[in-house]
Amino acid sequence: MKHRIVLSMMWIALLAFASCGGGEKAASSEATAAAETGTTDLGQAGVQDDESQKDIVKVAVGSADHSTLVKALQQAEYVHALANAGPFTVFAPTNAAFEKLPAGTLDKLMQAEQKDALRNILEYHVALAVYKENMIRDGQSLGMANGDNITLQVKDGKMMVNNSANVVAAVPASNGLVYVIDAVLLPPAK
Amino acid sequence: MPWGMVGGAMLVSLLFSIQACKPKGVQSAVSGDSAVKAYVPPGKYDEFYNFVSGGFSGQMSVYGLPSGRLFRVIPVFSVDPEKGWGYAEETKPMLNTSHGFVPWDDLHHPALSVTDGIHDGRWAFGNANNTPRIARIDLKTFRTAEIIEIPNSGGNHSSPFITENTEYVVAGTRFSVPMGDKVDVPIKTYKENFRGTVSFISVDQTSGEMKIAFQILLPGINFDLSRAGKGKSHGWFFFSCYNSERANTLLEVNASQKDKDFIMAVNWKKAEEYVKAGKGVKKNVKYAHNVYDEEKHIATSKMENEVIMLDPKDCPDMVYFMPCPKSPHGCDTDPSGEYIVGSGKLAALIPVFSFTKIQEAIASKNFEGDYEGIPVLKYDAVLHGEVKKPGLGPLHTEFDANGFAYTSFFVSSEIVKWRVSDLQVVDRVPTYYSIGHLCVPGGPTKKPWGKYVIAYNKITKDRYLPTGPELTQSAQLYSIDGDKMQLLLDFPTIGEPHYAEAIPAEMIMKNSKKIYKLEENKNPHAALGEKEARVERKGNEVHVYMTSIRSHFVPDNIEGVKVGDQVYFHVTNLEQDWDVPHGFAVKGANNAELLIMPGETQTLLWKPDRVGVFPMYCTDFCSALHQEMQGYVRVSPAGANVPLTFSTGDQQ
Repeated sequence: MKHRIVLSMMWIALLAFASCGGGEKAASSEATAAAETGTTDLGQAGVQDDESQKDIVKVAVGSADHSTLVKALQQAEYVHALANAGPFTVFAPTNAAFEKLPAGTLDKLMQAEQKDALRNILEYHVALAVYKENMIRDGQSLGMANGDNITLQVKDGKMMVNNSANVVAAVPASNGLVYVIDAVLLPPAK
Repeated sequence: MPWGMVGGAMLVSLLFSIQACKPKGVQSAVSGDSAVKAYVPPGKYDEFYNFVSGGFSGQMSVYGLPSGRLFRVIPVFSVDPEKGWGYAEETKPMLNTSHGFVPWDDLHHPALSVTDGIHDGRWAFGNANNTPRIARIDLKTFRTAEIIEIPNSGGNHSSPFITENTEYVVAGTRFSVPMGDKVDVPIKTYKENFRGTVSFISVDQTSGEMKIAFQILLPGINFDLSRAGKGKSHGWFFFSCYNSERANTLLEVNASQKDKDFIMAVNWKKAEEYVKAGKGVKKNVKYAHNVYDEEKHIATSKMENEVIMLDPKDCPDMVYFMPCPKSPHGCDTDPSGEYIVGSGKLAALIPVFSFTKIQEAIASKNFEGDYEGIPVLKYDAVLHGEVKKPGLGPLHTEFDANGFAYTSFFVSSEIVKWRVSDLQVVDRVPTYYSIGHLCVPGGPTKKPWGKYVIAYNKITKDRYLPTGPELTQSAQLYSIDGDKMQLLLDFPTIGEPHYAEAIPAEMIMKNSKKIYKLEENKNPHAALGEKEARVERKGNEVHVYMTSIRSHFVPDNIEGVKVGDQVYFHVTNLEQDWDVPHGFAVKGANNAELLIMPGETQTLLWKPDRVGVFPMYCTDFCSALHQEMQGYVRVSPAGANVPLTFSTGDQQ
């Protein structure tokens, strides 16, 4: 949000230049503004785009039920990857799903020294391809971004992951598909 | 920005170390802070878009200033296999003409639309010099939206310059030709049978659509360049003319006989009145008018067959000639509209005409005679003054907002800055080499944005690493902020750059389209979802209504196609995400790829010539699984009874 405000201030500065002509003074103030106008260093998630369909990050950010997931993605520095062209299938645990973890688990994972562990867990929720519901068969195994596999169960038209998490919704995004799940997936112990 | 400064400093030292290897004196014009002034750090935007003609490439290119970075080559008059322009069924009609499909032309001059004489960022126009046409490019999509052919013309050079509110774009014949019923005539009957025309093409202010409002029939001389009047001279248009000798051979010598040729002044408001009063004569002609429909994603080409022609003989007080020394080329009006600068290619001075004096001379009929029935005003009566001994071979003039003019000199390879009020030369800089056009951002408008002048050079010789007999074309960027012009940057350009315009980035970027909305896609062959994807046979035509989305086609397996079929791949890109086009290519296609923007539908015609299984794939790296985005088409012998089937994945 902050950079958006800065950007629009710059545009105002540019407009001010446009309306006062090419005098030397105007030209130099415009030069200052222009040199600072551009993208931010935020990465792909920072791209200003209100026209396109929302990508997976924007879908998650826009969902009140996924604020914990968004915080975790930020903490693990995994936001920009999910704003990439993908395509992805992301299993997105709700806030309630995170609350079902044993007490203290999430707090611990959110500590700086646990970043790799958190990232590993989040990557276990991401597959690189779009797996639509009609493509998924009961017992199908999917390779996830962290290198481990999940197994999908399909019974009576309802999908489960690893026999533990229920898929409660499917949300299409510009760069893939989000399955909302009601439990956090934990990679197999090594 | 310490990081940006470090980068700039590195560039500076790099520049100097490279300079050290060059022959002495070659780059002495570069001073220490040039690199910093032209440096745009990674991720930062340029201040200006620079729309540069592609010359014999037939296209228009878009650069950033001050960096000189190339952003896009907009296909206009030439086919572009990279973008499927002229290859996709939807875009083929854009290159239709009365001569049929013409896959190439020579684009010399962009002109950016203006409102009240100031850039408005709506459209860019470009001229086709060879098969006379004018194109309109939509600056929301950076795509050619319309092309209109100009009849009664041989070579559309003095074009597509525009009036103060983009009421008209103009076209003028560089090559006069015989026209009407009597066109099979000996070339040596030039003086009797060859005529020139200038055309005024009106522009619809909402849709931008062009229409030839009227043409003016003129003596058989060569019309070279032109500018509209503005401010006080709004309602007038000025064209430079050479070959008033009316030579038809060895013009190099024969068109350089007279001391003076002309600047032609056209009172187009008067011409409008004559058209309204029915003074025009309808002429039977044939010309193509091609429009690209943004909702259907389809171009249509319509053949028109009539223009209104005004003859100055029937329309007094509409056209005047002003003597102008030595084969004038550039013809430029200053921001106030008071001064018209003629640049005789062979002249040793630059005449500057005064609009006020032109009006006085017309009112008092201060003529020195007539040329083919058109009054010729007295040179001294209309002259503001002459810039004396400015250089050799003046070509074109642009203006800044501070009363200065910048004229390019081909022969002496330099830009000369002079003051319009007292015609004094105040500065000059060398260009490398042989400058043609030049551009000051907003230079032809009532409100120049200034800051830079860019030289577009015809010859580069030793300026770049050699690449065989032909070297890159080139532009050079100079700062004009201070009293002295300062060379900042050389940058290569595509084709041969002729004229160019530059406009503040903000006026364009805020309007730039990101996606075509699927719900607005009215292409009759669109498949607006994977459920609509299908293959249908109609006789020997097979229509594949295909979708693409990261990272697969539907369908991606097709059987039942036969040798001799005409297979139309209608591919709809289902993406609704900025900067995610998909491409499409199939083995053995005798045309090109498709490049399909998000939400768009484009069609490739494929005529399989042999039996086999042919791969097709996405050509634009779209995603991590781009390499998986592929499929097969099975082609069976002409009489085979393989049923037509299609599938993706396990869905049959």
